[in-house]
Amino acid sequence: MVPLSWYLALSAVLFTIGAVGVFVKRNVISIFMCIELMLNAVNLTLIAFSSFYREISGQLFVFIVMTVAAAEAGVGLALVIAIFRNRQSLNSDDVDLLKL
Amino acid sequence: MGLEQIFFLILAVLSVGAGLSVILQKSPLYSAFSLIGLFACLAALYVSLQAQFLGAIQIIVYAGAIMVLFIFVIMLLNIRKEESALDKYKYLYILAVPFAITLAAEIIYALRFVQEPTFKTEKPMIGDSQSIGYGLYTTYLMPFELTSILILLAIVGSVVLARREKD
Repeated sequence: MVPLSWYLALSAVLFTIGAVGVFVKRNVISIFMCIELMLNAVNLTLIAFSSFYREISGQLFVFIVMTVAAAEAGVGLALVIAIFRNRQSLNSDDVDLLKL
Repeated sequence: MGLEQIFFLILAVLSVGAGLSVILQKSPLYSAFSLIGLFACLAALYVSLQAQFLGAIQIIVYAGAIMVLFIFVIMLLNIRKEESALDKYKYLYILAVPFAITLAAEIIYALRFVQEPTFKTEKPMIGDSQSIGYGLYTTYLMPFELTSILILLAIVGSVVLARREKD
C-alpha cells in the first residue's frame, strides 16, 4: 500500500510547478495551462483523501472541479481569441489594462 | 518495496517530468502535449486509488475535450514561440527562493507528520459510476444542479466573447 504522504508530496510538487509556471510564463495560453495543472494537483489530493478515508465525497468534489475546469476552458479560450483579435498579441504584459 | 510503490514512483517521476516540461517548453504546443502526458499519468494514479470512473473521465474530458480545445486555439492563432520573459525580469529570480522553501517545508510536513487515517469501514470503497451517481443524485444534488447553470453561463459567455463585432 502506497502511503498517503507520498500522494500529498507529489501533489505539492505538481502544484508548485503550476504556480511557478503562472509566475514565469508570459503567454496567456501557457498561463492558462499552468492553472489547469494546479487544478489537477488539487484533484489528486482530493482523490487520495477520498480513497484513504473510504468516503465518496472527495471524488464528487473532483467531478465538480472537472466540470468547472471545462466551463473555464471554454470561456477562457474565448477570451484568448478576443484578446488576440484586439491586440494581435498574447503576451500578458500587453493586456494589463481592462479597457481596449 | 512492493509493486504498488514501484508503480507509484514510476508514475510520479513521469508526471513531475511532464509538469516540468509544461513550464520549460518555449512553444505552447509542446506544453500542451506535455500536459496531455501529465493527465494520462494522473488518470493511472486515479485508477490505482480505486477511482476508476474519474480516471476514465480524466482521459475523456481533460485529455480529450479540454486539451483538444487548447490545441485547436493554439493552432488557430498560429502561436510559434514565446520570448524568454525571464531575461526581461531578472529581479523575479528571487521569487524562486520562497517558493522552494515553501515546497520543501510542505513536503517535509507531508512525509513526517501526516497520520495515516483509520478506515471508517473495512469494506473497500470503489469509485465506480454507481457510487458516484448515487452521491450526485442524493447528497450533492444541489451543487450538481448549480453546475448546469454554470455550464449554461459558460456557453453563453463564450459565444458573446468570441463573437465578431458588427460594424
